[in-house]
Amino acid sequence: MDVLLDNLDLYGPGFRDTIELFLISAIGSLVLGTLLAMLRVAPVPVFRAAGTAYVTLLRNTPLTLVFFFFTFAFPLLKIVDASTFGGSASRYYFTAALIALILYTSAFVCEVVRAGINTVPVGQAEASRALGLTFGQMLGYVVLPQATRAVVPPMVSTMIALLKNTTIASGFSVFQAGAISLNLAERGDSQLIGLLWVALFFVILVIPMSLLQRSLEKRWSIAR
Amino acid sequence: MRVRTLAVVLLAGGLALTACGKEGTPGESASGPTQQVATDVKVDGSKTFENITKRGKVVIGVKEDQPNLGYKDPTSGKYSGFDVEIAKLIAAKLGFGDDKIEYKAIASAGREQAIINGDIDYYVGTYTINDKRKQQISFAGPYFTAGQDLLVKKSDDSITGPESLKGKKVCSVTGSTPIQKVKSDNLTESSNIVELQNYSQCVQQLEQGAIHAVTTDDAILKGYAAQQPDLFKVVGKTFSKEPYGIGLAKDDKALRDKMNDILEEAIQGDGWKKIYDATLGKSGSPAEKPVIERY
Amino acid sequence: MSASVLFDVPGPRARLRYRLYGVVGVVALVALLGFIVYRFAESGQFEAQKWGWIQYEYVQLKLLDALWNTVRAFAVGAVLAMVFGAVFAAGQLSDHRIIRVPSLVVVELFRAVPLVVMIFIFHYGIGLGTPFYSVVLGLTLYNGSVLAEVFRAGVLSLPRGQSEAAYAVGMRKTQVMMFVLLPQAVRAMLPAIISQLVVLLKDSALGFLITYEELLYQARYLGGSFEFGRPLVPITIVVAAIYIAMCLLLTWFAHYLQKRNRRNKKVLPEAEKPAEDAVAASA
Repeated sequence: MDVLLDNLDLYGPGFRDTIELFLISAIGSLVLGTLLAMLRVAPVPVFRAAGTAYVTLLRNTPLTLVFFFFTFAFPLLKIVDASTFGGSASRYYFTAALIALILYTSAFVCEVVRAGINTVPVGQAEASRALGLTFGQMLGYVVLPQATRAVVPPMVSTMIALLKNTTIASGFSVFQAGAISLNLAERGDSQLIGLLWVALFFVILVIPMSLLQRSLEKRWSIAR
Repeated sequence: MRVRTLAVVLLAGGLALTACGKEGTPGESASGPTQQVATDVKVDGSKTFENITKRGKVVIGVKEDQPNLGYKDPTSGKYSGFDVEIAKLIAAKLGFGDDKIEYKAIASAGREQAIINGDIDYYVGTYTINDKRKQQISFAGPYFTAGQDLLVKKSDDSITGPESLKGKKVCSVTGSTPIQKVKSDNLTESSNIVELQNYSQCVQQLEQGAIHAVTTDDAILKGYAAQQPDLFKVVGKTFSKEPYGIGLAKDDKALRDKMNDILEEAIQGDGWKKIYDATLGKSGSPAEKPVIERY
Repeated sequence: MSASVLFDVPGPRARLRYRLYGVVGVVALVALLGFIVYRFAESGQFEAQKWGWIQYEYVQLKLLDALWNTVRAFAVGAVLAMVFGAVFAAGQLSDHRIIRVPSLVVVELFRAVPLVVMIFIFHYGIGLGTPFYSVVLGLTLYNGSVLAEVFRAGVLSLPRGQSEAAYAVGMRKTQVMMFVLLPQAVRAMLPAIISQLVVLLKDSALGFLITYEELLYQARYLGGSFEFGRPLVPITIVVAAIYIAMCLLLTWFAHYLQKRNRRNKKVLPEAEKPAEDAVAASA
């Protein structure tokens, strides 16, 4: 308990930033991942190829390397000026971490969504077209409600993985839960106890998500 | 069938890769002064020295990623730098020449354990002497008095010391003591603190202009400045004291005394200065000679 | 999957429009790639000096060493994770509360803790000695608990007749699990298992945090070398290519197994669908 209370100045901001990083990148990757899934099922071959290439590239690269790229190589592209970026270094690296997490996770989100769409039989869409539904109606009333069932449980897994992956940002100038132990080591506090607190924090965050996943799986497996 | 083809291709690729290699190093490699190898050395009552003699070679723990301090050349695997030269000096005075030294790169976190386990005979590598560490191991020296300092671009005159850091972006290794000091002393705004995985990455960011200063022990910074003296400089106003010692087994007082004698002699004579000039001295910054603290 | 659910077969005008989109898409992609290459070239990332390290024998040998270390951690971790997964999947499906509940807790626990934190606990907290042990143990526990979930889903997806028949022949519970259910579950879940192994392979890269000398560690070390102008970008490109190649090899292997599997009539076709969902789930 002492380790936690003595270092509240580390744990407080650390946990807060982990959650912030997670929430923003979760929303970002869900949006981008869905768009990518659209690309991958699009009728234009070039779009499909681009989507496939993106997913193959990002899914098979270690996240750390993606971080490497956005911390050290991205500034060379000079899209944003590193020296004046918002005038704030922490914002710059935080944004870099966000981009890395979003790009990486969206590849997995894309696969989940695509697999979900593919579970809907083609006949469903054909039938709705035969009834004269527009593309939006078909998507909103027929395909997506059915796909959701297959999408949500694995999506929760992807989000749990994202939450845990935020810890990798600690090596790239984003202070969050993963960086706490590195600070503790230099302060001379017990690393083991310090780390166990961090682990507990993640368990508390992940267990509800995991329970949700299990209950959804159970409910929908009956409906299917 | 396809699996076998693949294996053959991989194997052939591997062979081709190793066969066409170039040897040696690009440019000239840094070499320190040659040390006279002593003969018939005896250190009575030293278990470590007994082991070394039995083995016929010294195993020294060093760092591999601090240029001009403890550095392994990526193309030849040769070690060089101030710490390495000090390690060589000690080995030579103990009767072991360059060919009888085996270096082991050990990162900061694993140093105490390596000494306690006996994986290495002694460790020379930015090893700050403090009481907490003395409970587990012992220190000879100090052989260098370092202190927290700042590395900036040569053209940058706006940073003159720790008090002028406000509004500047400062980089160091994640969670390290120097960056914690910057935070606790409020030397710059928290939004300007950059924490990366190692100092090379900080220096790379400094070179690119993404940050304004790198902070850590001046010895480490001088090593980088010595690589590119036209580009970087060390500010030279230290704001902490980090005496570097040679780490060795806790109960080996005999060897510790012997090492202190060797260091004392080198510091009094010109041995120490020669080593400094050939390595960290290339940065253009002077250094004070340390005073040995025996215990 | 060329016939997608969402889109009708295009008519002549739609086909023309698609072709136009295609051209626009190609132009946009080429422009993007060109822009990246141009900026990198402008900042000197393709200069000979930054790529010079490739030709040195010592560097090559070190990279091979590092590659071997990555593969070694992966291989040991993979085998142990499979064993761990099988044991705890069986535990979760046990009839006895005393075995089921602890297995569930263990799996949930290790699934919840980030691998980085776990590796730190083993290396710095407990001090397991050589980084190799901490890396392998971390990989085993984390991926093992995910695999346990996969195996469990696999067993549950099997038709009940399988276990009923086995009991009818007079097998005991352990025998049913060991000889009837798990082998079939493994086969049904192969794609999911392999994609988890890809994750394991990539995660072995985290070893560099505790100075395990694998590929990324070597990359970071080379990337900081001043002799070659701190070639972080070139080395990142090369190492990323190596990882992608290794992962694709593994994935290709997965497809190969799957294809072989399909020909095998012992596996029921229904088993395929949950398996594919789980592939995505194990991301």
